[in-house]
Amino acid sequence: MGELTPAEKREERFKRWLSPDVKFSSPQAEKAYKERVTRFIKVIQLKEPDRVPCLLPAGLFPLYYSGITLQTAMYDYDKLCQAWRKFLRDFEMDTSFGPGMVPPGRVLEAIGYKLYKWPGHGLSSDVTTYQCVEAEYMKADEYDALIKDPSNFWLRIYMPRVFGAFEPFRNLPPFTTIEEIVIMSFLPYGMPDVQAAFQALLEAGRESMKWMAAVAEVSREALEAGFPPIMGGFAKAPFDTLGDTLRGTQAIMMDMYRQPDKLHEAMSRIAALTLDSAVATANASNVPLIMMPLHKGADGFMSIKQFETFYWPTLKKVVMGLIDEGIVPVLFAEGIYNSRLEIIKELPRAAVVWYFDQTDMARAKKVLGDIACIAGNVPTSLLMTGTPQEVKEHCRRLIEVCGKGGGYILAGGASIDEGNPDNLRAMMEAAKEYGVY
Amino acid sequence: MPKDFVKTLADLKEEEVIKLTKERLEAGEDAKVILEDSRKAMEIVGNRFADGEYFLPELVYSGELLKQITELVKPHLKQSAETKRLGKVVIGTVAGDIHDIGLNIVDFMLSVNGFEVYNLGVDVPAEKFVEKIKVTKAPILGLSGFLTLAFDSMKETVEALEAAGVRAKIKIMIGGGQIDDEVRKYAKADAYGKDAMAAVSLAKKWIAAK
Repeated sequence: MGELTPAEKREERFKRWLSPDVKFSSPQAEKAYKERVTRFIKVIQLKEPDRVPCLLPAGLFPLYYSGITLQTAMYDYDKLCQAWRKFLRDFEMDTSFGPGMVPPGRVLEAIGYKLYKWPGHGLSSDVTTYQCVEAEYMKADEYDALIKDPSNFWLRIYMPRVFGAFEPFRNLPPFTTIEEIVIMSFLPYGMPDVQAAFQALLEAGRESMKWMAAVAEVSREALEAGFPPIMGGFAKAPFDTLGDTLRGTQAIMMDMYRQPDKLHEAMSRIAALTLDSAVATANASNVPLIMMPLHKGADGFMSIKQFETFYWPTLKKVVMGLIDEGIVPVLFAEGIYNSRLEIIKELPRAAVVWYFDQTDMARAKKVLGDIACIAGNVPTSLLMTGTPQEVKEHCRRLIEVCGKGGGYILAGGASIDEGNPDNLRAMMEAAKEYGVY
Repeated sequence: MPKDFVKTLADLKEEEVIKLTKERLEAGEDAKVILEDSRKAMEIVGNRFADGEYFLPELVYSGELLKQITELVKPHLKQSAETKRLGKVVIGTVAGDIHDIGLNIVDFMLSVNGFEVYNLGVDVPAEKFVEKIKVTKAPILGLSGFLTLAFDSMKETVEALEAAGVRAKIKIMIGGGQIDDEVRKYAKADAYGKDAMAAVSLAKKWIAAK
């Protein structure tokens, strides 16, 4: 797509999204698919669609809805897929999302994953979600190693720390030592512990294929039935990549004071890697939207000045890189972004979606309404503890405030894993009842 | 010098404040006075946080500086420094949830504001909260939760306190990621606080009313 402008590239990607390489189950399904995708394309372009599209914040809800635990779903792919099929069938959504967010338990076991706890592994078996374990997986003096050669850092420093099975990778020589006639190069791979690590890797690969076969079938069926996937992949803000799973919150905040230059350098190194991998997943999935969950730049976490200095520049780099490729970043601002709105509006028009969790939507519409599509934000607490009537009424008010002229997607705040299914139905009803233009 | 010390620490000048600490110790100053000055500086940090001048990076960094100073001062302490405390507060992240960033900020803010804090950490079962309330006789309990599953854990914790017959003797505040007043009603807690400053003002209000 060499000579095309970013906007032209986006149009190309939208066209491909509208006509996926799939055999629809019926002409009606195909028509409904096109209507749904068009609805999203229009709001991204800041035009009026036929009605406000709705994005149900259902997360792992299909498991709860079908009466199986996360633990069961992580180990029994048939039950996982049955649960998902039931949910997708019962809720006539504007979108579809596959069961891919439920990771295969046996894979995590094979590699001895330490970064996460899941039911039966560090969490009680009835817990409804898996959780990240924050720690200093990267030490304060390892910035240079990361900056100099990220792949080597990942393979030989980071991975041995977060995957118990890859502990022996510590002893592997960098691949860049391989040159000329290879005499000693493969010796390390003969060591019994290294061989065991590779066996674990192979096992994780085999099991992942089984899981993928099951999961992909559900996604394909949903697509054939006319429900479009709307997330073509994930990407993170470089500050969060470092702050969530490398340095940890406390440590990265000390780095802001003690070694700001290295932090900046590492973030720009990571920004380039993030961009490459996000573009690759968007290309592979043929869905032009990339979900970007944002964590540590929210109001209350850091000052406006710190946001402008540490958080926004490399996030913007990733966002602009995606826009240049014709991809639409969906920036999910967890927490509150009220004081960030004036800063984040400095992006090209109709090129991103801002998805808000607890931000004041009236202000968001006012500040961003002419620049970007906004999505949000039925409170998670209301969805979990309120009545369907209350949810529907809240949606009505949101549509009234945010829907004017298009550019709005009715969505939740964070996503829910359990609760009254009628509250989710109430959201869909509200979109259909109050959201027609 | 003490005033400079307080200001230097509150302004988070790491090298300078460590140097000052060493100088004061070498000059034979009472270790307890240095700790008292550090406490004053932390109070300023807390106020700046409450005023929106400082944010999490400053709290984290000041905590680290305090740790370093305490380490330097400790060998010079003749007896453990006794400080007058406003009252006891038990806090923890409820069962099933392992998040603690917010919890630790609340711990820090309550501590610098003079409360004796019992931090039970993460994934705390209801019975453990009940037991700690009974043992410490703390009049205030703070429940933290980041995930939506915390809604039910909070409710169950409050119910366990009721069943143990201690609910009426204590005030319960809740807070964290997706927690709001809806959840407060659902869990039957006494108050919801939107941030660490809210935790401090609630605790102060409740202690004053005792």
